Amino acid sequence: MPFPLLSPRSKLGRAGLRTAAFAFGCAALVASVPGCAAPGAEGAHVTPVSPLSIDDALVRKGATLAAIGNCASCHTAEHGKSYAGGRPLATPFGTIYATNITPDPETGIGRYSSADFLRAMHEGIARDGRHLYPVFPYDHFALATPADVQAIYAFLMTRAPVQVQVPRNHLPFPVSVRGSVALWNALYLKDGVLQPVPGQSAQWNRGAYLAEALAHCSACHTPRNLLGAEKKALPYAGGEADGWHPPALNRSSAAPTPWTSEQVYTYLRRGSEDAHGLAGGPMAEVVSNLSRVPDDDVRAIAVYIASLSAQPAPIAKARAAEGSSGDAQTVARGQVIYAGACASCHDGGRRGNGALDLSLSTAVAMPTPANLVQIVRNGLTPAAGERGAWMPAFGAAITDAQLADLAAYLREHFAGKPAWKDVAGAAKKVREEQAKLSQASAR
Amino acid sequence: MITLNVNGRDHQVDADPATPLLYVLRDELQLNGAKYGCGMGQCGACTVMVDGAAVFSCLTPVSLLPGRRIKTVEGLGSAEKPGVVQRAFIEEQAAQCGYCIAGMVMRAQALLEQNPSPTPTQVRDAMSPNLCRCGTHMRILRAVDRAADAIKSAGVDLKEAGNVRTG
Repeated sequence: MPFPLLSPRSKLGRAGLRTAAFAFGCAALVASVPGCAAPGAEGAHVTPVSPLSIDDALVRKGATLAAIGNCASCHTAEHGKSYAGGRPLATPFGTIYATNITPDPETGIGRYSSADFLRAMHEGIARDGRHLYPVFPYDHFALATPADVQAIYAFLMTRAPVQVQVPRNHLPFPVSVRGSVALWNALYLKDGVLQPVPGQSAQWNRGAYLAEALAHCSACHTPRNLLGAEKKALPYAGGEADGWHPPALNRSSAAPTPWTSEQVYTYLRRGSEDAHGLAGGPMAEVVSNLSRVPDDDVRAIAVYIASLSAQPAPIAKARAAEGSSGDAQTVARGQVIYAGACASCHDGGRRGNGALDLSLSTAVAMPTPANLVQIVRNGLTPAAGERGAWMPAFGAAITDAQLADLAAYLREHFAGKPAWKDVAGAAKKVREEQAKLSQASAR
Repeated sequence: MITLNVNGRDHQVDADPATPLLYVLRDELQLNGAKYGCGMGQCGACTVMVDGAAVFSCLTPVSLLPGRRIKTVEGLGSAEKPGVVQRAFIEEQAAQCGYCIAGMVMRAQALLEQNPSPTPTQVRDAMSPNLCRCGTHMRILRAVDRAADAIKSAGVDLKEAGNVRTG
């Protein structure tokens, strides 16, 4: 028997299903991907896969799925080689460096069999048996079919190997003990491939599968609990990523005009949409990765995402960040800043250069100032090497207190909503986080 | 009246607080180094420094600037006695038409004050907001390298070296 049905050791109650999944995946793919075997003890199975033995069509399928999965975003450091890891990921628990997932045998995943890879994707366990941290969204990839995971494996194993050791994580005790993740898994890791919802169209179901099992949209767009798990009671109610507030995509969306599936499609395809504006921050990378994905899949995701705001949903209690309306002097100072710094693009009556009428801006209307602070301080730039609309950064010109003045004016004038509390504090935090991350990158 | 500190000297300026710094520099203070290019922060011809960092003066209302230190290309040196970065631009003949150059010099000055020995990637990242329509980018990059070398070999502190008080 080429792949003995060993029970994965870490999870109670999952073993049966998992093992069945391995068997299915391996049986289906062993012909095209050599080295497929159930995970054994550390180092039990060292059969490097020859890239030449992997089927081209499978690699192409994997390339698409990896682009949807946004793998390159986390697993590529700034100016680093693709998939070679090293990007610092700030979590509430500490800084974790993304791993090298090129097929380098020493520092990457070159010694992973396809079964090792499936276990990592479905259970968050590395080849050597260590737990991976859930900042790697295996709770989503666990929903993906073994066949799709194997296609991603085929894609990654045919990339150029890069030998680079990623820095050590900076985590406090007890999170620094990887075994602590077993508890997290017992609480939050669900079994089984995502099943279609009867009554929904094939396109919607395809979109739901891609968004949940691969793109892991909710990893950023859903709030997380104290243990860093998505709050299942508040799906798509808006979350946190790299100091941004990925906005609510459910009924609680702050978008001044509702999203249609056509608009979501345009936004995902081009990175901008006339009635909603530009993709910024981590979302710009998502759009860049989606440029390699066929239209049908992007449309399916758009249909699913647009459907989220069309149904009633619980509203997150994020409104706490809103205070009373801004005082008149603050708002007046903000208006002067808007007139001198913003209006020439945003209020010049010249559309078509991408500058959004701020009465349409979700960043201005949402419950927290996080995105406005990011956009004003750092501007909006397309992902590295991509073309697209561009807003200049004002971080060097505007102080935290002045940014608060501007925010008070924008909230009152464009969103008609109460001023946010402590915008200056939010701006200070963004400055400090950036300084920390740039230090971490320089290491 | 708004008080602006430009190149080490205070100026009382009678301007609407929403007026972009660029217009005040050129029209009130006769500091014509910074240029009007696009007016949208897309080209960098208007770049000056505020508290040591490069900003687009075309998009910076003067209401933001009381109490802050503004530096323009005139503050770095003169034709007779150019500053370190200016000299490097001259030696590399980095200007063709010259319209972008005051902005380029200021962007480079801000980088080198922060980081006197940047890597090639850091130079490209820092200079990327500024455009040159003539296409002398390669010479500009060499000029930044040359300025960094000059700082290293002469051991100068760019923040102090050759500052010229204007006005």
